[in-house]
Amino acid sequence: MKKVFKMEELDCANCAKKMEAAIAKLDGVEAVSISFISQKMTITADDSRFDEIMKKAAAEVKKIEPDCTIVM
Amino acid sequence: MTRRQKKTLARIIISFAVLAAEMIFFGVTKADLGIWELVLFLIPYLIIGYDILRKAFLGILHLQVFDENFLMTIATIGAFATGEYAEGTAVMLFYQTGELFQSCAVSKSRRSIAELMDIRPDHANIENEKGELIEVDPEEVAVDTVITVKAGERIPLDGIVVSGNSSLDTSALTGESVPRDVSKGGEVISGCVNLTGILKVRVTKEYGQSTVSRILELVEESQEKKSKSENFISRFARVYTPAVVIAALALAIIPPIVTGGNFSQWIYRAMTFLVISCPCALVISIPLTFFSGIGGASKCGVLIKGGNYLEALAETETVVFDKTGTLTKGSFEVTKICPESISESELLETAVLAEGYSDHPISLSLKRAYGKAPDLSRITHSEETAGKGIKAVIDGKTVLAGNMKLMTDSGISAKKETAVGTAVHIAINGEYAGHIIISDSLKEGSADAIKELRRLGVKQTVMLTGDNEAAAAECAEKLGLDKWYSGLLPSDKAEKAEQLLKEKSPKKNLLFAGDGINDAPVLAIADIGAAMGAIGSDAAIEAADVVLMDDDPRKLALAIKISRKTAAIVRQNIVFALGVKGTTLILGAMGIANMWAAVFADVGVSVIAILNAMRAMNVGKASAVKR
Repeated sequence: MKKVFKMEELDCANCAKKMEAAIAKLDGVEAVSISFISQKMTITADDSRFDEIMKKAAAEVKKIEPDCTIVM
Repeated sequence: MTRRQKKTLARIIISFAVLAAEMIFFGVTKADLGIWELVLFLIPYLIIGYDILRKAFLGILHLQVFDENFLMTIATIGAFATGEYAEGTAVMLFYQTGELFQSCAVSKSRRSIAELMDIRPDHANIENEKGELIEVDPEEVAVDTVITVKAGERIPLDGIVVSGNSSLDTSALTGESVPRDVSKGGEVISGCVNLTGILKVRVTKEYGQSTVSRILELVEESQEKKSKSENFISRFARVYTPAVVIAALALAIIPPIVTGGNFSQWIYRAMTFLVISCPCALVISIPLTFFSGIGGASKCGVLIKGGNYLEALAETETVVFDKTGTLTKGSFEVTKICPESISESELLETAVLAEGYSDHPISLSLKRAYGKAPDLSRITHSEETAGKGIKAVIDGKTVLAGNMKLMTDSGISAKKETAVGTAVHIAINGEYAGHIIISDSLKEGSADAIKELRRLGVKQTVMLTGDNEAAAAECAEKLGLDKWYSGLLPSDKAEKAEQLLKEKSPKKNLLFAGDGINDAPVLAIADIGAAMGAIGSDAAIEAADVVLMDDDPRKLALAIKISRKTAAIVRQNIVFALGVKGTTLILGAMGIANMWAAVFADVGVSVIAILNAMRAMNVGKASAVKR
């Protein structure tokens, strides 16, 4: 399933790159792209575990930029 | 400015005022307050830097050691540790100011790009049960609903006009400034602005499938397809930061041990390294440049589906065209009238009347050339012979209109046609009266487009067509194409394209431009596939990498120009950012560049690179080619 999420308080472009790399490594994630410009994340991940994967992705995001949240 | 940006600005002002006051106080009095001096300077430092410190602390917990906040914290604390209280605070202040500028510049470009893409309709008018017009969200409107579009409103959904006449401004979609007239039965496309009358439109596609939302989706998705430059910078960033941090460590430890110099001087120099260690300027500006370029291009009616394609366009070496509908109008027109015994207008009138009852494409093009409705009452008899033509009685005279075969079969000696195309020969009362040539005519912009492409350094222009040799040769000669292949089936076209792909130089690209309907295989194998006149054609939008919303071939040259400009800006930014950072690193290691210079090399360079990136949006100059 492919979904697009808005991201809030994504402040640094380099962090977006790091998040992308970290989320791509998560199990079940097929593709992920974070656009710093449009403040959006496009993620393709395993259908059956989507919610669980998103939770992990959100945790990765928090690790890299503490104030940044994925709007779900 | 957002609330957060305002808050940061307030913090910058307060912190600056306090810091300035303290610096003046200590400068004038030369007081030595010992530990209290540190405490006094910590006040402005914490005002400006508390959020950085907090994020740095959280970063440490998550082992994010190459994080910008962490590095800024280390650098400024390092400055404090070496007794440079004022400088430590000032550097943090300067950094935050730079970040604020950067954030404002990014918001501004985000807004500008959004404005370029401002084709989203905000409402649709439908009639409720009482017959009153109400405004609803376009997403709620079902197919077959009749909506009302008032003058000045944007058409919210694709549909067919059921009543009303108006002209439409399609410029937001096509970049074309001449309004398009519509009337009952005409198709209208969402995103156009209704200029004059009230239109009632029967919706044919729901919002998600309508042209507007497909275009917006396409532009948004374009950011997922990353350019080579962007991927290069991503890889570079992964190496750069750790390398600089390790260099900083080495700089802090090795020279003082080897030379026996004082540690604090070398630690200070190492701190300048840390400040420069973020590759932000590149990481932000390169995707921003591509997105600006894509935004600017879409304003001119050229949709580019990704940074990779925009980048590839700059290296176009070969341009391959489909003929019909791409270089030519794809509709048949009277191109030559060759009368024998009567005048041109008489010949045309006779032909139109003879073909009066036919709706064959040929007779339709004759009628178009005639320009008015033929007086059908003058025709007393008419019969069509398939594959030959028509025999009709007009004003009591027997008229034959058709091909050469019809003439020879009726024993009339007709002249051989003089131009390329389909000839309609006419005989009146058994006597040859002349012929009319109907052919697909070239688009006005085709010749200019070829010239412009050549001027831009395209080495080879090629035409592939299923048409016969004579028609292809004429077209190729008129346009000055380098090569042409005629009589091709769709599968032959793909084969030819593959052959041309093999012939081109490595790293250069082949661009194929077609109408996107029957040349999908070629669109797919070309390095860049461009579909023309794709407005409203889902298949073409799907298959192509570059979508020209109108059917002007000059837009190809424009797209290449935009891509060249974008590529140039990307190069400028890479050279500029790496140049400044590299120089500052060297000067910093030698002790010439201080921390101020380092902060400039970090955020200052970012701001300049962002401002430069935004220039890609401005296609004003590039679009001069249009007319």
